[in-house]
Amino acid sequence: MEAIQKHTGLVYPMKRDNVDTDQIIPKQFLKRIERTGFGQFLFYHWRFDNDGNKRKDFDMNDAKYDDASILIAGENFGCGSSREHAPWSLLDYGFRIIIAPSFADIFYNNSFKNGLVPIEISEAQVKEWQEEAETGQLTLTVDLMEKKITDQHGKKIDFEMPEYRRENIMNGWDDIALTLQLEDKISNYEKSAL
Amino acid sequence: MAKPKTIIEKIWDQKVVHEETGKPDLIYIDFHLIHEVTSPQAFEGLRLTNRKVRRPDLTFATMDHNVPTINRDNVKDEISKKQMDTLQDNCKEFGVELADMFHPDQGIVHIIGPQLGLTQPGKTIVCGDSHTSTHGAFGAIAFGIGTSEVEHVFATQTLWQERPKTLNVKVEGELGYGVTAKDLILAIIAKYGVRMGNGHIVEYTGEAIRNMTMEERMTVCNMSIEAGARAGLISPDETTVEFLKGKRYAPKGEDFTKASEEWLALATDDGAEYDQTLTIDASQVEPQVTWGTNPGMGAPVSGRTPVIKEQEDQTGTKAALEYMGLEENVPMQDIQVDHIFIGSCTNARLPDLRSAANIVKGKKVKDNIKSAIIVPGSFLVKNQAEEEGLDQIFIDAGFEWRNAGCSACLGMNDDIIPPKGRCASTSNRNFEGRQGNEARTHLVSPEMAAATAIEGRFVDVRDYA
Ligand code: SF4
Repeated sequence: MEAIQKHTGLVYPMKRDNVDTDQIIPKQFLKRIERTGFGQFLFYHWRFDNDGNKRKDFDMNDAKYDDASILIAGENFGCGSSREHAPWSLLDYGFRIIIAPSFADIFYNNSFKNGLVPIEISEAQVKEWQEEAETGQLTLTVDLMEKKITDQHGKKIDFEMPEYRRENIMNGWDDIALTLQLEDKISNYEKSAL
Repeated sequence: MAKPKTIIEKIWDQKVVHEETGKPDLIYIDFHLIHEVTSPQAFEGLRLTNRKVRRPDLTFATMDHNVPTINRDNVKDEISKKQMDTLQDNCKEFGVELADMFHPDQGIVHIIGPQLGLTQPGKTIVCGDSHTSTHGAFGAIAFGIGTSEVEHVFATQTLWQERPKTLNVKVEGELGYGVTAKDLILAIIAKYGVRMGNGHIVEYTGEAIRNMTMEERMTVCNMSIEAGARAGLISPDETTVEFLKGKRYAPKGEDFTKASEEWLALATDDGAEYDQTLTIDASQVEPQVTWGTNPGMGAPVSGRTPVIKEQEDQTGTKAALEYMGLEENVPMQDIQVDHIFIGSCTNARLPDLRSAANIVKGKKVKDNIKSAIIVPGSFLVKNQAEEEGLDQIFIDAGFEWRNAGCSACLGMNDDIIPPKGRCASTSNRNFEGRQGNEARTHLVSPEMAAATAIEGRFVDVRDYA
């Protein structure tokens, strides 16, 4: 996975709570056996009508958000299924950072494994930035080193993130390789407990 | 005396392989279920890094999400077929036991684990599927994982997990006549919301839970994820032990006696403390119907759709009603339905089918119902139901009797609810598009789905006999 320490990008605001994984990537697109190529299907039924044309009434389709790489959403983003296709599709579409007041557990976990950064901040701040982002001109800089987000006017806020997750994602470490360094312990456990 | 512990702490403490301050625990995984949709990329990852499945003996595979429920010999959807063939090849290459589409053990992952006795108290159980919480009914810590974690379990048989917080959902009193385990869990989620359990493992306790059969407990634990919980479980008791006795993969003879003692000892100690406790009075629960686009958007069948309050736009009441094609403040029983789906890992076990059959026996599916399908949770359930003649009862009433799989729970195969079709479904998710693009899902119990099929609209199953 690609390491990420600092990212500056345009914000797309999604003013909804409980955005579920069935919306992020509908099931008919889960049949691929690769990890790539899911971006075209992101939020498919919100972005496209039944004939496959872009829906004008869905703001993500607005050209002003074409370069967005930061998504700011409402509470409990990513609830529902465990499909990792959700972070895969967000990343493949071009998002690197998801900001929300809270995330569903499995989605939060899945995101870190793929280098998509989920960041929890206060609901008030989410709302403020969502409002401003509707102009299509809000850019934020997320600094994982400093644990700060700065907007283009210089407003700076701090955020929290479990240390080990921050370390992993900043280094792009392979979890499995790290765990296999503890191979002895796993073997010992198997001998004693099973 | 040692400090009283919850079952969650007891199991967790037994599974820690490695701990370190500032890091999650590395816990051992006792049983890993896999299926065709969330495993191919994990196997591919192993191949790319030259790794093996560490414990194929603790891994079990089946095909459920994609499989057709009719005409299995000829899977028309090429991509689905490829996904299933890929699972077959991967299982062969990595030595994992597979119950494929034609195997007598085939079924929905969360139905076959328990029925084979692979699901046992005290185990840590994972699967690349969020409804893995079902297995918690046995007093196991069971949770859904993503594909990267599937790969991690393949390679290491462990996972990094933060010690969960504990939430006691205490169900006091008794469920009334005609009120099922499904109604209870829907009522809990309607009351406490889809974020109730975030970051927690839920233990369901109390009289109503104790009185439940294993199948009912599985229905409750199944939907823990819909309440946002990482997992949900129930302390083992005699009901648990009885269920497991004689199951193929359960211990036998003296080993069983010994195992049963260990299982019962896992139950939460008197006086153990939880991080949080919520209570619900079972006697107040009515048959439930969801009206919206998440499982928390539900009401008693005697109730009405909500009244829209403009300020609460972000919680989406208005958008949900719009999507569902419903007006505000209408009686649930005025809502007409076009499709009936009885199936899924929530409600496709034998007792579910029996209860539904009981209601439709000698009656006919109403004219306005365009499709009514029964999809047993596994081959075994299907066979048992057929031995009891349930299939004929359903067929006589005008239902279609299908083969086992996930089917219209998520509509990855051909079992799709058409755009704007309204479905009374015994599954667990009513998200937008879940059962098909623009499909409108109402979650209900099997009894309610059966009565709805006969009446063509939602009815209170308690008045219905
Ligand atoms: S029946 Fe539905 S919820 Fe259960 S495993 Fe299958 S798709 Fe998931």
